[in-house]
Amino acid sequence: MTRFAAMLAALLLAGAGAAAAAEPPPDFTRADLNGNSVHLADYRGRVVLLNFWATWCGPCLAEIPVFARWQKQYGPQGLQVLGISMDDDQIPVQHFLQKTPLDYPVIMGDTALAKLYGGVLGLPLTYLINPQGKVEGRYLGGTDLSAVETQIKRLLARP
Amino acid sequence: MLAVDRRLILLSGLFCILALAASASHAQIKSADSIPQANLIEPADFADQLKKSAALPKPVILHVGFRKLYAQAHIPGSDYAGPGGDEDGLKSLSERVEKLPKDTSIIIYCGCCPWGHCPNVAAAFAKLKDMGFSQVKVLHIAENFGTDWVDKGYATITSP
Repeated sequence: MTRFAAMLAALLLAGAGAAAAAEPPPDFTRADLNGNSVHLADYRGRVVLLNFWATWCGPCLAEIPVFARWQKQYGPQGLQVLGISMDDDQIPVQHFLQKTPLDYPVIMGDTALAKLYGGVLGLPLTYLINPQGKVEGRYLGGTDLSAVETQIKRLLARP
Repeated sequence: MLAVDRRLILLSGLFCILALAASASHAQIKSADSIPQANLIEPADFADQLKKSAALPKPVILHVGFRKLYAQAHIPGSDYAGPGGDEDGLKSLSERVEKLPKDTSIIIYCGCCPWGHCPNVAAAFAKLKDMGFSQVKVLHIAENFGTDWVDKGYATITSP
């Protein structure tokens, strides 16, 4: 079991979906849907909201406009949203992005990437990563987004 | 002033059209809540049944969700049948079961997202009923396959 998987198991046992874990998330490099390289470690120094989603996931689609708004509102202060689509196929994602352009990178997730994160076996799933590159929160399923926003503001306000 | 009013009316109209389109597209997805209670099986009961019935003929277990989820983790012995929420998935499901006797015990499951939002199980259930299958049960996964099956320690095959 990787350290990250062990950390996730500890979070689950504690029943603390959004508890601070302070473990580095697994690094990855993938091309986004515009062909640009996305390397998680390059965002060190920023607060990263890593969102696993899919076009078939209703609760995910409800969250996306909020994340897009946060990117606009808090981006200049240091927030970076990254979307990872777990759709089986890229075409519905491209159609979605044509209708709903997003100001943040979206990459296609795969089984290997999902496994790195302990398995993405339900959506939506979001990680909040602090500027030091440690996981501050993991949010699975329906989430109180106001609590996530409070956490983002707190992280952005840290000196 | 008049021009601003016109723009507001146009914008409101556009918003109404978009809202109607969104609600029409949402209405096409059958909610899992429409599946009769009698056709549901709880994860704990099914996991128990799988353990106890090791020596008996098992039901046909079909994953009617998304391939990336099935590839990561699924119930041992279950086959991937394709997402019930789209036409190709339903076609693939029909082909998988078409030669089975109509009284075959079939369990379908997905677990992609919270039960009321799953786009797959209700459509797959309706398809099997339309085809005349009388012994169809749907695994009632309240939150998702990870939380309600894998994390509970029930038998799972995970990707290597």
